[in-house]
Amino acid sequence: MENVLPLFVVIPLAAGFVLPVVGLLKPGRFCAPICLGAVGALVVLSCMMFAGEPVVVTWMGGWVGQADPSSVTGIAMVCDGLTRLILLIISVVSLAAVLFSTSYMRSYTKVCLYYGPMMLMIAGMNGVVLSGDLFNIYVFLEVAAIASYALVGFGVESEELEASFKYLVLSAIASGFILLGVAIVYNLTGTLNLAQIGALIEGSEPNKALLLAIGLFLAGFGLKAAMVPFHAWLPDAHPSAPAPVSAMLSGILIKASGVYVLARIVFNVVGVHQSAVPAVLIMMGTLSLVVGALLMTAQWDFKRLLAYSSISHMGYVILALGVGAEQMAAGQHAAASLIMFAGLFHLANHAVFKSLLFLCSGSVVHRTGLRDMRAVAGIARRMPVTGFCTRVGSLSIGGVPPFNGFFSKLLIVIGLCWAGHPFLAVVAVLISFVTLYTFIKVQRYVLEGDVPQEFSAVTESPLPMLVAMAFLSVLCLGMGLLLPLHRFVLLEPAKDALFNGLGYARSVFGG
Amino acid sequence: MGMIHEFFPYVLCVLLFAVGLYAIAVKKNLIKIIIGVMLIHNATSLFLVLVGYRMPETGESAAPIITRALSGEEFFRQSVDPVPQALVLTAIVIGLSVVALMVVMAVRLHEKYGTFDLTRIRKLRG
Amino acid sequence: MRGMTLIVKTTASLLIGFVVLFGAYIILTGHLSPGGGFAGGVILAAGLLLIVLAFGADPLRKGLGHNFALVWESLGAVGFLAVALLGFIAGTFFAHFIPHLTGFGLLTGGSIVLSNIAIGIKVGAGLFGAFLMLAAFRASESADKTEKGDGNDT
Repeated sequence: MENVLPLFVVIPLAAGFVLPVVGLLKPGRFCAPICLGAVGALVVLSCMMFAGEPVVVTWMGGWVGQADPSSVTGIAMVCDGLTRLILLIISVVSLAAVLFSTSYMRSYTKVCLYYGPMMLMIAGMNGVVLSGDLFNIYVFLEVAAIASYALVGFGVESEELEASFKYLVLSAIASGFILLGVAIVYNLTGTLNLAQIGALIEGSEPNKALLLAIGLFLAGFGLKAAMVPFHAWLPDAHPSAPAPVSAMLSGILIKASGVYVLARIVFNVVGVHQSAVPAVLIMMGTLSLVVGALLMTAQWDFKRLLAYSSISHMGYVILALGVGAEQMAAGQHAAASLIMFAGLFHLANHAVFKSLLFLCSGSVVHRTGLRDMRAVAGIARRMPVTGFCTRVGSLSIGGVPPFNGFFSKLLIVIGLCWAGHPFLAVVAVLISFVTLYTFIKVQRYVLEGDVPQEFSAVTESPLPMLVAMAFLSVLCLGMGLLLPLHRFVLLEPAKDALFNGLGYARSVFGG
Repeated sequence: MGMIHEFFPYVLCVLLFAVGLYAIAVKKNLIKIIIGVMLIHNATSLFLVLVGYRMPETGESAAPIITRALSGEEFFRQSVDPVPQALVLTAIVIGLSVVALMVVMAVRLHEKYGTFDLTRIRKLRG
Repeated sequence: MRGMTLIVKTTASLLIGFVVLFGAYIILTGHLSPGGGFAGGVILAAGLLLIVLAFGADPLRKGLGHNFALVWESLGAVGFLAVALLGFIAGTFFAHFIPHLTGFGLLTGGSIVLSNIAIGIKVGAGLFGAFLMLAAFRASESADKTEKGDGNDT
């Protein structure tokens, strides 16, 4: 099973590099099928991973590491519960996005140059999640980020270039912070392997250099995850990309390269006992939650509104993880366990419904060419499937009962109350209502109303786009209703991986 | 410890990083912003190289190149830490591709607007 | 782009062989001395750039253009992945699948030599493509409306 791990990076990377050549030979013929094949293979592989042992480790080139932190060690790829969950999310959302692209990208030229960076981005994200090594996380982060810059600027209109440039500059600062943090950690411990760092830090006294490194990581990955003091790039960058790419950026990139790494470092590497970390996470989470939602209500651009809502929802996840860390440090294991479970569940749910909504916005833009909600109306009548899927996504994101968003928000609120943060629970509920209100507004303006004269000829989008949207809509419903079934496979192992804390080192080295 | 010249390179790092951040935050010219990003990258690379430096008891430390048969211990005693140097190479490559992409974006923006002035390139709101 | 004077053209055609040779040397001895795929690739790219700068748009039309860079960059990357995958012959990803001799000869690096060659090709072509994109490209062909980030990783 451990030989499968590198394939998660190799398959999309190979596809990404074969595509430009194929694109030269037969323009526009084989690009989409190759991508679909690659992403399909990834879905199959990530499902396969659930059959293996709980923790799978592979060492590059046979340089096997040892539990003794002072020994030389190779480069590792580690797959535990949390990795599995995120890998599955990445594969599923990418599959929907690629399927959607096959029709959506017809209107663009040079399609193979679009699929190439998309595959590189998937390879980068898979690499980030699988890597058991601080520096490799940085490298794969950059691979994913560079591909995403190119994709954001793909349309080469002035707004897109501007958004891409802004994203590039802020992201480059984040990379600087992260690399500086990596250097400090290497200086302190003499190793880059996450498990070894964890084992070395576990016994040592807290010191200022480590705190500086943690601060740099919080700022760097916070910027990548668009936490509120660092959120300025996201509302420009995400809407500027073509819709399927927006879905991937909002749905998975900020999670894989921001939240995942942050959670991994806080829980498994430096440990939750580092004084201020949980408090900072809670503060950043609450701020993002509130500010993102309030800024969202003022938007009239459909995709921009979705981007602001991503900030708000990442706030939920970071808040939940922060409270989880705080409870874990205080020894309240049951409360910590519940709220971390809720946070990860919300992360998975957000990936699904936010991608769905971005795809729906893409479908609307594809047929009408408009993103301003005031100019579009009566979509539900002209495009029934798109309208239905938008409704499912909106209800899901607004937290209406049968859908998945309701369950995860409910669990977060219960967890917050249990953890002794009734004020934060009230804030979470209020923000949830703000979200619901905003998405009712979306439905009111985009879906309802009389069909304007110029849209009377608008018809439903092509079949692949509908299939992608319907697939995600079914997931929205299924992930909520089937929670008792899938939680033991998907979410509990992921939560346990984080909850294991500094025991991560022991599980990697098989001790 | 305590010699002022031992700290000087680290001070230089911090200074370079700060100048880079200043350029990005304050300057309105795209090219100057790109230079700021490069300064940040270079400051971090410099810091990584410094992290790998160590002074052996024998005096001068050497580049980590093996030119004759050496035992691992001998190599460890006479040379600086090779790992950060490998990291710096990778970081430089990444920095190169980021800067190349930024320059391409800047050229394209110049084509659209005819200027590198950021105050006149403002179509987006937030 | 028209190219430069006869003096520059003659000097360039004399030099180009040496530049490429030096690049190849740096790539092939990457496991013994400072250098390797990336540094050698940069030198190769400089050689290609020398041709373009000296002879103008002519070589671009004769197949040394943007597509050349794209194809070779992809081939380099695929080659590197192939070297990594062939490691499975010896058991793990990236393992040496050809005998790993000791000493300081050309063939002592195991599969490092092969991966250096692949990286050299990728970096050389990638950098050349980036330069074309920025400088000569717009002059030689009509402005292309898409661009691609080269996710170079060593």
